[in-house]
Amino acid sequence: MFDLTGKNALITGASGGIGGEIAKTLHAAGATVGLSGTRVEPLEALAAELGERAHVLPCNLSDGAAVDALPKAAAEAMGSVDILVNNAGITRDQIFMRMSDDEWGDVINVNLTSTMRLCKGVIRGMMKARWGRIVNVSSIVGATGNPGQANYAASKAGMVGMSKSIAYEVASRGITVNCVAPGFIATAMTDKLTDDQKGKINQQIPAGRMGTPEEIAAAALYLASDQAAYVTGTTLHVNGGMAML
Amino acid sequence: MSDVADRVRKIVVEHLGVEEDKVVEGASFIDDLGADSLDTVELVMAFEEEFGIEIPDDAAETIQSFGDAVKFISSAS
Repeated sequence: MFDLTGKNALITGASGGIGGEIAKTLHAAGATVGLSGTRVEPLEALAAELGERAHVLPCNLSDGAAVDALPKAAAEAMGSVDILVNNAGITRDQIFMRMSDDEWGDVINVNLTSTMRLCKGVIRGMMKARWGRIVNVSSIVGATGNPGQANYAASKAGMVGMSKSIAYEVASRGITVNCVAPGFIATAMTDKLTDDQKGKINQQIPAGRMGTPEEIAAAALYLASDQAAYVTGTTLHVNGGMAML
Repeated sequence: MSDVADRVRKIVVEHLGVEEDKVVEGASFIDDLGADSLDTVELVMAFEEEFGIEIPDDAAETIQSFGDAVKFISSAS
């Protein structure tokens, strides 16, 4: 149903579980993908798996100059950036009363500031093309809060407010800016939890299970498609009913 | 100078869809030529491309009228 043939998509955090799946899904829909991430090896493995229409674009998002260079590198590799998926994110969990300025700053810098810089870097080309899709991967935690994650929750809620503001400004140019907010998703990170811990988490989820990376990727694909042209400034919550927002 | 003015005028006419004779020296993009704030960003982008120059954000903010643009580009290129 959703055809991205001829579109070029830049995905950050493509070495991770969710980002990798988003890249695969957009690629399967016909898009050329630029795979960005800090670790080169998993990116190259993914590019090899995808075959044609896949470019490896390593970038350390905590390095401002590298972030500024990424949209240009992506446009050079693919010809343009029509779709940007800001998926990369880090956590530095700590109870608020012990949270250091560095723990706060690192998370805000990578999750929120780099998203802002990448949006700025790609919108110029999208404005000219009169077509663009930005999908920012937020989190349920940005809406509900979570103990130990004041920094992460602030960065993810900040993404939502920023996305809405940019969405206002660029809507007349055929550019949409939306967020996907995952709940608990089964990835390598959650595999480490014990069955007991998983059981407790699942009890809080009306669907009774964790989500899959594919279910997040499907939401990103929709928001990146032509069919979602009239959807902008919204947050699509994909959380099994854990928070009905 | 006149060459710069002609090229700038052409971009403004094309981008904003206004009559050529409206694009006079004091014509403000927003107040007189119907541009919105994003149009002014796009105009600056078009000027950068046409003249092969880079216009930093703080300078771009001072380019409010046709005359401002011609003056800035003439001194920059």
